[in-house]
Amino acid sequence: MTVTDAPPAAAAVGGTVLEASGVTMRFGGLLAVNNVNLTVREGEIVGLIGPNGAGKTTFFNCLTGLYKPTSGQVRFAGVPRKAPKPPKRKRVKKAPSAAAVDAVTVAVQVPSLPKLSPLPPKPRAVVRAGMARTFQNIRLFANMTALENVMVGRYSRTSAGAITSVLRGPKFRREEAATRARAQELLDFVGLGKSTEHLARNMPYGDQRRLEIARALATDPKLILLDEPTAGMNPQETKQAMDLIFKIRDLGLSVVVIEHDMRFIFTLCDRVLCLVRGETLVEGTPGEVQSDPRVIEAYIGSGEDDDEDDDGPQDVVEEAKP
Amino acid sequence: MTDVQTETPAAPEVAVAPKANPVAWPLGLAGVVLVIVGSFLSWSYDGTILNDLSIDFFPGGLQILAIVIAVLSLVLLLAAKGPLAALGSWLDATLGLRTFGTGLVLYMALVLVAISVESEGLINVNPGGYVTLVGALLIAVSGWLLPLRQLRNMKAAKLPGWVDILAIAVLMGSLLFLAAYALGLEDAWSFILCLVFIATAATGLFRTGAMSWVAQAGQRNRKVLTLASFAVAFLFPFTQDGSDANMSIATSVLVFAATAMGLNIVVGLAGLLDLGYIAFLGSGAYVAATLSQSAFATIGWKPPFLVVVLVGALVAMLLGLVIGSPTLRVSGDYLAIVTLGFGEIFRFAMFNLDGNNGPNLTNGPNGIPGIPDLELFGFNFGAVHHPFGIELGRFSNYYFLLLILTGGVILVFSRLNNSRIGRGWVAIREDEKAAEAMGVNVFGLKLLAFAVGAFLAGLAGTIKAHQDGAVSPDQYIFLESAFLLAAIVLGGMGTIAGVLLGATILKLLPEKLRFFSEYRLLLFGITLVLMMRFRPEGLVASRRRQLEFHEDDEHLAEVVENELVEEAK
Ligand SMILES: Nc1ncnc2c1ncn2[C@@H]1O[C@H](COP(=O)(O)OP(=O)(O)OP(=O)(O)O)[C@@H](O)[C@H]1O
Ligand SMILES: [Mg+2]
Repeated sequence: MTVTDAPPAAAAVGGTVLEASGVTMRFGGLLAVNNVNLTVREGEIVGLIGPNGAGKTTFFNCLTGLYKPTSGQVRFAGVPRKAPKPPKRKRVKKAPSAAAVDAVTVAVQVPSLPKLSPLPPKPRAVVRAGMARTFQNIRLFANMTALENVMVGRYSRTSAGAITSVLRGPKFRREEAATRARAQELLDFVGLGKSTEHLARNMPYGDQRRLEIARALATDPKLILLDEPTAGMNPQETKQAMDLIFKIRDLGLSVVVIEHDMRFIFTLCDRVLCLVRGETLVEGTPGEVQSDPRVIEAYIGSGEDDDEDDDGPQDVVEEAKP
Repeated sequence: MTDVQTETPAAPEVAVAPKANPVAWPLGLAGVVLVIVGSFLSWSYDGTILNDLSIDFFPGGLQILAIVIAVLSLVLLLAAKGPLAALGSWLDATLGLRTFGTGLVLYMALVLVAISVESEGLINVNPGGYVTLVGALLIAVSGWLLPLRQLRNMKAAKLPGWVDILAIAVLMGSLLFLAAYALGLEDAWSFILCLVFIATAATGLFRTGAMSWVAQAGQRNRKVLTLASFAVAFLFPFTQDGSDANMSIATSVLVFAATAMGLNIVVGLAGLLDLGYIAFLGSGAYVAATLSQSAFATIGWKPPFLVVVLVGALVAMLLGLVIGSPTLRVSGDYLAIVTLGFGEIFRFAMFNLDGNNGPNLTNGPNGIPGIPDLELFGFNFGAVHHPFGIELGRFSNYYFLLLILTGGVILVFSRLNNSRIGRGWVAIREDEKAAEAMGVNVFGLKLLAFAVGAFLAGLAGTIKAHQDGAVSPDQYIFLESAFLLAAIVLGGMGTIAGVLLGATILKLLPEKLRFFSEYRLLLFGITLVLMMRFRPEGLVASRRRQLEFHEDDEHLAEVVENELVEEAK
């Protein structure tokens, strides 16, 4: 992988990748997400903040097809659901992800972005379409090795069926080797290249988070959703995570990230959306959001259900100011 | 090699010889001598029991087994102190001696019980028996007096490649010999004693660490191990002198093992509980029966057997898909209940499709008898053949065919397991939601496991019909499904060796120990409960299953991880 250390701010923003309009999710009497709009463009890092229970994770679940929103629509411009011609599919498979980088940097190629279309109905189809995620409470395959975890992520981009697997022809072996190589490459990319054979459950917390990101990247996404990727990390690990997210963005991916760590969000994101009690409170650039008095107020106001170990409300916002 | 570096910290400890009780070693040696001498003397006054242990200086089979243990103990003694000391730094002689000694005491005690039960009282025990018992006690005592020592890591032992191969060959050879010997034993006491011997020898080899080294050797030479196993299985009929008695047991073990291995894909790999699996075997068998040349066959079409095999397997698979597609979307408990119901429905359907209610397909409770023997490429499976001048009867013919089938099922099992599909199954077992969210086709993979399992069972069924010569509904009762499942749980879910072992135990013991058949359900039940409590991963543990069953065992996770890292090198 050719990853150049591009300056964080210089993001090449392209066409619209994701467009959620009026997303509403109701659990019985509880309105967890209420009429939220979100647009994510190519190569953009969008932050999602809000006090505990604001509905951030629920909104993510709506975006990835895990929940079917009560109302509203999510449209996504990923990989076309069905490749029109077989040769094209082959090319997609063989082309290394470096091609994705070019797609971003070469402005002419931006129109090649497919049209927005409604989200496919199943989470699996959403992954195929090019959206991947991590979980707030890490959900790795605990008894598999790091490498195997990432290899599972390749599932939707490989095709060996039962008969191929039993016969073990050259095609099977080639695909298996490619899967392994790609998984190793991704582990190197997130900085776990030395932990290939380690069991996921034995890995330190920070490594598990990074492994989850590698697994999500293995699905060749256009858009990656990270649910609190630095929760429980120490400052140094948080810094590494930030660099990693920039690196991912520089591959040409769009990123949506939920975080409680305000400094992290305001340094990282091009745009920030603040949810409170399921509704959009503010949306704008980090500068706009952190200076908005309503955000500070929201964090103070929802004090009763704030976790103790969360960063305190207003001083964090204050601190994050340049 | 590079391992020397990791070795150095342990090396000084090896050099420090722990303080030994001065009498322990001579005691052990005396024990070995007594066992050997005692075994050359007569054990029993009565020559008609236990295959004749009554003649001095002409040891019977059971006496030779005792001598074998004594010789193994001698090797360990010499490894603890003496000419084989080099071996002693790798092998845990002390633990091995304790096992051999204790096992041999148990063995001899059982011999004495057997003699007194079979021929009226302890009075019939000759001095040789007591001498051997004392010898056994001495070995055990010496084992318990010898100190435990710090050992070098067996895995670091670097031996030439041919030693690995030789070890595998010796192991497999002894396996073949033991199997032939144990099956040849007519009376139950001898059989039980032989089992005690096998258990003692196997446990002893495990405790010394020799077995884990052999397992490593097997890992290093997997192809050789596989070939050797099949060679042993292939050679087995040639040890039977054309006798069909044991071959009939062996063929039923193979049918059972092949079916259990198919179910192992569903249960062990995909993690789905199927309680009606026997119905798939049954549907294959019924297809073969109705399309056979039998006078009672109900369908006029008589295709060649290769077509029948395909039809039987496909019908079973179709049934699997029909049952699976609505139920695999719901949670595990429903699936168990639905498959249980399906198994019963199948049986009732076969029972009732007799022309009175609906078409006559199965002759109802009478079933379809008189299915002729197979004839493939001019080879008649019913006839006696004489390859290399060795007589092979009808069951041996089927045995070879079933061996090919079992090999095929194992191949499908292991190749699916080590593929994208196998990884998908593991991911589903680990966390179904996360798997789905990572793009794994959860429903599709479950259905696939179900279909492949049903296909293989159907295939086995077509052969079973011809081998049995008849099909009837009462062959396919729920208990059979339960036994298949028990074989998997007992042997070790998701493993090949384990399920083969489980199937062999579950099928072989009731055949050999007739008296025990009344209690067999009780005993299996107790065994399974104990297994669930103490070793849920089964006799042969799959590494992954072991981890799954011991979620909070950090030490185990460390050990497994070290192995993984080691293997990756
Ligand atoms: N499956 C569900 N059924 C019922 N209520 C739910 C469900 N999932 C979430 N909720 C409720 O919806 C609200 C929003 O929860 P959500 O997990 O989305 O919050 P969040 O913003 O991610 O909070 P946190 O910062 O603590 O992760 C909460 O009140 C929660 O209890
Ligand atoms: Mg959340």
